[in-house]
Amino acid sequence: MIRFESITKTYPDGTVAVDSLDLEAPSGQITVLVGPSGCGKTTSLRMINRMIEPTSGRIWLDDRDTGRIPAAELRRGIGYVIQHAGLFPHRTIIDNVATVPYLLGWDKKKARTRAAELLEQVGLPAHFAKRYPAQLSGGQQQRVGVARALAADPPVMLMDEPFSAVDPVVRDQLQDEFLRLQSELGKTIVFVTHDIDEAIKLGDQVAVLRVGGRLAQLATPAELLNRPVDAFVAGFVGRDRGYRALAFSTAGRLSTREEPTVRLGAPVPAGTDDADGWLLVVNDADEPQGWLKLGESGADGEVVTDAMLHRGGTLAHQGGSLRAALDAALSSPSGRGVVVEEDGRLAGSLTASEVLALIENPLPQPEPQP
Amino acid sequence: MIGDVLTWLNDPAHWRDTRVDKGIPTQLQTHITFTLIALAIALALALPLGLFIGHTGRLTFLVTAANALRALPTVGVLVLLTVIISPHFHGRTDLGFVIPTEIVLVFLAVPPILSNTYAGVQNVSAAARDAAAGMGMTGTQVLRKVELPCSLPLIFSGFRSATLQVIATATVASYVTLGGLGAFIYDGLQQQDFPQMIGGGVLVALLALLADLLLATIQRYAVSRGISGRFSTKSVIPADAATAQVRTAEASTV
Repeated sequence: MIRFESITKTYPDGTVAVDSLDLEAPSGQITVLVGPSGCGKTTSLRMINRMIEPTSGRIWLDDRDTGRIPAAELRRGIGYVIQHAGLFPHRTIIDNVATVPYLLGWDKKKARTRAAELLEQVGLPAHFAKRYPAQLSGGQQQRVGVARALAADPPVMLMDEPFSAVDPVVRDQLQDEFLRLQSELGKTIVFVTHDIDEAIKLGDQVAVLRVGGRLAQLATPAELLNRPVDAFVAGFVGRDRGYRALAFSTAGRLSTREEPTVRLGAPVPAGTDDADGWLLVVNDADEPQGWLKLGESGADGEVVTDAMLHRGGTLAHQGGSLRAALDAALSSPSGRGVVVEEDGRLAGSLTASEVLALIENPLPQPEPQP
Repeated sequence: MIGDVLTWLNDPAHWRDTRVDKGIPTQLQTHITFTLIALAIALALALPLGLFIGHTGRLTFLVTAANALRALPTVGVLVLLTVIISPHFHGRTDLGFVIPTEIVLVFLAVPPILSNTYAGVQNVSAAARDAAAGMGMTGTQVLRKVELPCSLPLIFSGFRSATLQVIATATVASYVTLGGLGAFIYDGLQQQDFPQMIGGGVLVALLALLADLLLATIQRYAVSRGISGRFSTKSVIPADAATAQVRTAEASTV
């Protein structure tokens, strides 16, 4: 647990970066600090490992006052991930990851074994160990950054916009893997971002800070979206928050309608009684591949190929959120959202109005089986 | 003319010491000695100072001040220092002339080493320094384990340019009666023996080239491949997607 006790940071020129902040980051959870630039979120984070010294107040790490622990010793016990990874260009990947173990005086072999373990854990192939940071892409460097922070297995991790310098697709991947890793490791994490979507996706709790370093609201993501405490938070959380809040309402088991399908590689059925002319195409494993528009030039009687497919619809999973279900319906070319089972097999389809009906009149949700 | 220079260089008489004149090997050795002493002193002064200034960001005016030293006219300073210093030495010692010469050479060697070391440390990526401190390195550890290795290419280039300058300028030692390859140049000038004069110049140039080659070789092995960019695998940066299994989130594309 990390606890801020009326922490204030004032710079010599009179700028107040953080103003008597009280905050608790519970053990084993991700606490996200989010806010516009100048809200003191990075300053707050950096005060935890004393990269910045607070002007007044105390920060507690469990029952220890961080101000009383020598800075270097404190930092070796806290994982630290920063925006541009900050890898050491002159060291190989494996030695980068082993930095803190080396500092703690582990012998080289033990430190490298541990580092190799971590590379695997963050999804990097073993032959990367001997490479140098300049040989890696931004996303890969950031994975190394995470591995390096985890090397000495610190209970606490500080992450300062770790995913903001990579492209959106890679960022999404890194976020998902980060959540998976956290579900295995259960670290106490303080995470800084300026991206409210990232905050909502990753946070167990989200602290919204306003300019001048005051805490505006501390809440779970769902609560933040549903009940922003004031106009600032509402504005910062932004548009579409009703829609985004759906991501936190699970649909339970969706009652879908059966969808006629055709297999990839099978001939297109000649006529169909389905009036709108859209037919769902699945592969041999019964996984949806895309939609076929019947009556399109040359499609009649031919074998269904990849090139004929209309893609672009998203998939909703049974047991997933209402947001995913609505998105599947809205993005589907046929207007019917495709729902799949956990294993990717087709479950059926659902229209947007059916999802809306579910949103307006939620079904009594069955208790999940323990 | 070129033929005359080659003849002079090939004349075995010039490779032997005589009662009045010293031969090429002896003068070369003297030249190298002057050079090494000057470089060692300059390195001992400028490297730690440059690292300190780069690491702390304090006393940066010293870098500017050192660069101002480059503007001093070498021969003028040498004569001035000789006039001041040599009367304090008597008897069979050259020190009255060696000390002013070395001072002048150190003046020349310090600025490139100092400013390059400072610039090298300054140029280390802010993220790498921040990460180093954030992971619990002390100030000295950040300097020793991150800033110094990362700034080696610039430090080397400063040291190499200092070496070239000192080798070339050490010829002025002969202006104040000392030996070194400059002796051939000054004697040749005085005696209107131009093959000797040019021969001396050629020897200085060769020495400078050899020294630079040696330093380039050392640099190759001293600087991490991660910085110099000489990677063993010729691989270009692979796409991120190739290494990460694509984990589908809630939604994936149909």
